[in-house]
Amino acid sequence: MSQIAFLGAIETGLIFALVAFGVFISFRVLDFPDLTVDGSFPLGAAVSATLIVSGVNPWLATLAAMLAGGCAGWLTAWMNIKLNILHLLASILTMIALYSVNLRIMGKPNTALLGEETVLTPFESLGLPYYYSTPLAFAVVVLIVVTLMYLFLTSETGLGMRAAGANRNMARAQGINTGGMIMLGMAISNALVALAGSMFAQSQGAADVTMGVGVIVVGLASVIGGEAVMPPKTILLALLGCILGSILYRLAIAAALNADFLGLQAQDLNLITAALVAFAIVLPGAKRSVFRKSGVTK
Amino acid sequence: MISIKDLHVCFGRGTPLEVHALRGIDLNIPQGQFVTVIGSNGAGKSTLLNALSGEIAPEMGRIIIGHQDVTRWPTHKRAKSVARVFQDPKMGTCESLTLEENLALGLSRGQRRSLRPALKSSKVKELKELVASLGLGLENRLKDKIGLLSGGQRQALSLLMATLQPIEILLLDEHTAALDPKTASYVLKLTAEIVEADQLTVMMVTHSMQQALSYGHRTLMLHEGQIIFDIHGEERASTTVADLLNLFERKRGEVLADDALLLG
Repeated sequence: MSQIAFLGAIETGLIFALVAFGVFISFRVLDFPDLTVDGSFPLGAAVSATLIVSGVNPWLATLAAMLAGGCAGWLTAWMNIKLNILHLLASILTMIALYSVNLRIMGKPNTALLGEETVLTPFESLGLPYYYSTPLAFAVVVLIVVTLMYLFLTSETGLGMRAAGANRNMARAQGINTGGMIMLGMAISNALVALAGSMFAQSQGAADVTMGVGVIVVGLASVIGGEAVMPPKTILLALLGCILGSILYRLAIAAALNADFLGLQAQDLNLITAALVAFAIVLPGAKRSVFRKSGVTK
Repeated sequence: MISIKDLHVCFGRGTPLEVHALRGIDLNIPQGQFVTVIGSNGAGKSTLLNALSGEIAPEMGRIIIGHQDVTRWPTHKRAKSVARVFQDPKMGTCESLTLEENLALGLSRGQRRSLRPALKSSKVKELKELVASLGLGLENRLKDKIGLLSGGQRQALSLLMATLQPIEILLLDEHTAALDPKTASYVLKLTAEIVEADQLTVMMVTHSMQQALSYGHRTLMLHEGQIIFDIHGEERASTTVADLLNLFERKRGEVLADDALLLG
């Protein structure tokens, strides 16, 4: 693997660490299987790209993208809690609706950002080559987000949210408005995913309405992979596991695509991803049963 | 002071499975009274507790806790004045959180939850002392996930969590039924101590007539969604389990199946 391919994997891994944080909140903290992600990722991209092209400050555009993502997540949770639509279905409805919304926002299937000022512009003027400066910029973003998330999840409100996801009866009895917590958590989750979409568009130079396909699977792969490599004994370890899982996933993909003897091509990406996720889910159980067969007790 | 007026709860109204679980409950519980509730399966004991805690919305009637009409309040809003220990130890505590995190949740029950750290060192110190007072040695396991503890330990912690904030009423839903006899008697003893120390108003649902008579100040028996008798004071002090059975037969004109209630 060339150095540029390696740094490229790190860069994408860092962006998708943000998606992994979002998926961690919905799937792990709230126990809410949320597919809105596939719509809120391109939503973040579409909102920020459209605003940047029309001359809005890129930082403001990114913030607007997060707000839009937050609304999408909140809507999914609202449909589940207030309208009693099954969580998975509610998220699929939002995801499908967002496809149209994204087309409306951009007015066309994609928006190019070439030559526009983005949040990455200040990093580009550091004098480093782009393949160093971009991962560096994303590392800063991920560091800020992971710190804020850690502080939030260990705060009184964050603890209430974790209880609301883990044991709704107990949380209600302790005075936690579980419905409100789920709506807040889902909003945060999708705001993070939209932030990732916005960053991705700004680094790739375009927003595209189809860029969200499979994002949820990549996010899940990162969360599950991270858990397999680093057991999430504490909240901090779980968050760091998301980053690690996301980067490892990208490196694994890059390695697989670079291994010529496998004959894999770029279009095989989703196939490899699905295989990796299935593998990561089965692995912990398989390890146990192998040990049991050979008489090793844990 | 708790006051329940003509409370009716009906499940599945208009369907073939319609169950009229509570049929006009009228009840006043003065401050500091410990009420035990017995009744056979399906008598409405759990429904009464659920209606008080806010999990079930009544069809008719009013519930007043303190001086507030809470009939339409959801569970989380009532939690400021109502605390509850569940029958299943897994229900009352959150197994994926640590001991100290669970306790911190109890400590902020009914308070506004801020963005400040949930486990400040001063708070942890306070919690540690409280846990030490249980005498179970759990003060050294504050960072353990609560799923690692036994049912009895979890019920003891549930009780502690329920009393970390001032409350109007403590609801105990057969909270020793899932425990082995030795642990159950420990948890009951602990319950009596905590209730005595804090002078709590309590409603304890139990399957055991003996428990119902030996704990608390007043005993209610529910049958088919109604209070069929209500004894306290000297009358209760001289009542035995056999008397309860006789009383029940006289009141209802029917023989209570032996296995409907545990005598122990």
